[in-house]
Amino acid sequence: MTTAAAEPTPFRFDLALFPALLGAGMLAALVEAARSPDPAMVIQAWTFLLCLLGTGAFYLINYGGGIPSEERSGYQNNVVKAGVIASMFWGIAGMAVGLVIALQLSFPNLFYFPDLAWTNFGRLRPLHTSAVIFAFGGNVLIATSFYVVQRTSKARLWGGSLPWFVFWGYNTFIVLAGTGYLLGVTEGREYAEPEWYADLWLTIVWVCYLLTFLGTIIKRKEPHIYVANWFYLAFIATIAILHIVNNLSIPVSLLETKSVSLFSGVQDALTQWWYGHNAVGFFLTAGFLGIMYYFIPKRAERPVYSYRLSIVHFWTLIFIYIWAGPHHLLYTALPDWAQTLGMTFSVILWMPSWGGMINGLMTLSGAWDKLRTDPVIRMLVVSVAFYGMSTFEGPVMSVRTVNALSHYTNWTIGHVHSGALGWVGYVSFGALYCLVPWLWKKKSLYSNALVEWHFWISTLGIVLYITSMWVAGIMQGLMWRAYNDFGFLEYSFVETVQAMHPYYIIRALGGLMYLAGVLIMAYNLWRTVKDAPAEAAAPASLLTAEAV
Amino acid sequence: MNHGFFERNSLVLLIGILIVVAIGGAVEIAPLFWVGSTVEKVEGMRPYTPLELAGRDIYIREGCYVCHSQMIRSLRDEVERYGHYSLAAESMYDHPFQWGSERTGPDLARVGGKYSDQWQLAHLVDPRATVPESVMPPYAFLAKKPLDTHDIDAIMRANRMAGVPYTDEDIANALADLKAQADPSSDGIDALQRRYPKAQARDFDGNPGEITEADALIAYLQMLGTLVDFKTYHAHTPENRR
Repeated sequence: MTTAAAEPTPFRFDLALFPALLGAGMLAALVEAARSPDPAMVIQAWTFLLCLLGTGAFYLINYGGGIPSEERSGYQNNVVKAGVIASMFWGIAGMAVGLVIALQLSFPNLFYFPDLAWTNFGRLRPLHTSAVIFAFGGNVLIATSFYVVQRTSKARLWGGSLPWFVFWGYNTFIVLAGTGYLLGVTEGREYAEPEWYADLWLTIVWVCYLLTFLGTIIKRKEPHIYVANWFYLAFIATIAILHIVNNLSIPVSLLETKSVSLFSGVQDALTQWWYGHNAVGFFLTAGFLGIMYYFIPKRAERPVYSYRLSIVHFWTLIFIYIWAGPHHLLYTALPDWAQTLGMTFSVILWMPSWGGMINGLMTLSGAWDKLRTDPVIRMLVVSVAFYGMSTFEGPVMSVRTVNALSHYTNWTIGHVHSGALGWVGYVSFGALYCLVPWLWKKKSLYSNALVEWHFWISTLGIVLYITSMWVAGIMQGLMWRAYNDFGFLEYSFVETVQAMHPYYIIRALGGLMYLAGVLIMAYNLWRTVKDAPAEAAAPASLLTAEAV
Repeated sequence: MNHGFFERNSLVLLIGILIVVAIGGAVEIAPLFWVGSTVEKVEGMRPYTPLELAGRDIYIREGCYVCHSQMIRSLRDEVERYGHYSLAAESMYDHPFQWGSERTGPDLARVGGKYSDQWQLAHLVDPRATVPESVMPPYAFLAKKPLDTHDIDAIMRANRMAGVPYTDEDIANALADLKAQADPSSDGIDALQRRYPKAQARDFDGNPGEITEADALIAYLQMLGTLVDFKTYHAHTPENRR
């Protein structure tokens, strides 16, 4: 079954590895489903099994009859297409959950259900963060990195069917993690909530991702590795380290969902925020900078502004980011020397961040008029501007005296979303607007006017979101520390909760507008695939349909 | 050095990346495990009782940490609002830590004893019944759900592997201790309090017939911040200023 009969094919390790990994996963799922005394584990096992069966069916359809002919030539585009579709699906899902939890805080009497544990804020909030960061962001990164590394290496993706294993395996992890949160399965640390078995599965998938990416670079036909790939490689390799170290834990039993973190208290806190901040630094920054370094020059048809700045940007960014984690723990029980190091490096981090911003923005030199005519490049450029804004705000908030006010408040939520909605969201949307016509061989998008609508609705949404959270956060911080004339605290805690109410509503409105923009985008992309005129003389061999 | 070397050799680039990103983490995190002053021993700290541990697992399961911190910073207003700033030792048995990052609701590091059990239960069932302005989700189901205790000894054993000093005796008596703590008329209370000093034993949820998830969660909330006696602990005495 692994070789086509017609011509002798050399042994393909991936055609053994893919089914072997699936089989191992299915076996583990069956054992858990049959033997576990933990009802949550039984549900997780069946979910896992269903995902793997779907992946297995995909494998049999595509590889059951030997190696598909499209694998013998050209670029691997179909897995990128699948990544684009998955990105849009998870983006809408994750942002919709975000809207729901924003409404829960605005109108608790309407959006809470006392007997439905899984609808509570505490379970939906990790679902929102993981869905937008890891499901939406992760699929965008996998799709764009697979696209970019092939073009800039002039080589087809290495590993044959392995990229497909990465895609399906990663999305299986997402489903497992997300349904787990709803069941109350969590390790209880922000952005690292998935339990030990999901972590193990992700580790396997991630190693395959690294191999696929690195393998493609190794067989490149260009002498130099393009700058975007440095960032993608740093993202993939560093996330592997962060994931493995932060998730070191002892399962209560191999048949139960629960595990106990290997570290405790102070050590656990710093390990977690070393992980947490570098999930921002390497997942949400380095990876998406890879997108910036490919898609902005490509779309603007200008070379990257400065090669030298790229080098400085890259090495200083990855060196300094790693140190910044302790700024999440200022004035806590973490030793002072670690707090000071974290704050210092966070302030220094401003410089490489802005170096990168300048490199991205100045790439438009000589093409600034495109901002007026091409809403897609406007989106990409505005994303870099938001990147500059939040990477200035971040160092400011890392300064002890500012952090004393901002920590624990909604200011942090506002800061995160100026980066998430403005930078990560917009650079992803820009890349997806580029990719869909390129991949589906269309002359252009279905409608530029709809891109304009998307851009303006979501920009207004971001403005409402971040300004309301700035005001709310600073007000919260000031109210907590306000003293009256007699030297007593002026406000009870609940008065500060009450003061948030109007801002929570404005925030929810901002989120709704942002989600509306994404829905417009999904419609536009769907119509592009379905109805936009085809590019002239597309090579038919690259267009082979595949069930995704 | 010529950067082209990195750009032409993918494995060199990868190794370069790994070295550069390893430095910061190694310098900041590794010393925390061997510098003795990171976690200074404090009188009164003990591992969680089985019931408190089960309650803590419910706290984690429901994602309480996304809105409640358990870390009072050394700032005047926080100390006046919540109590003595949190010591590193107070979370030394927390696998994982639950310091939190957001105060949508108030800090809970010293919430133990601030409210009655009845208030805690009424507040969990319907937060807006006791605090009309609250935005907290309702947890009515906790009081209806019997506590799952089938793996409590396994959970303690896993904690022991991670460094919590549970003895064989503690683990052998896990279920007995758990039941004793939730039953005011139990004979096992003396043994429980010998193993876990200051353990509060009573029927926490007003339903003596059954040990529910609300029993466990309230037992956990009522012990938070109560182990160290800040009448006798002074941060500025010489042995605490090492």
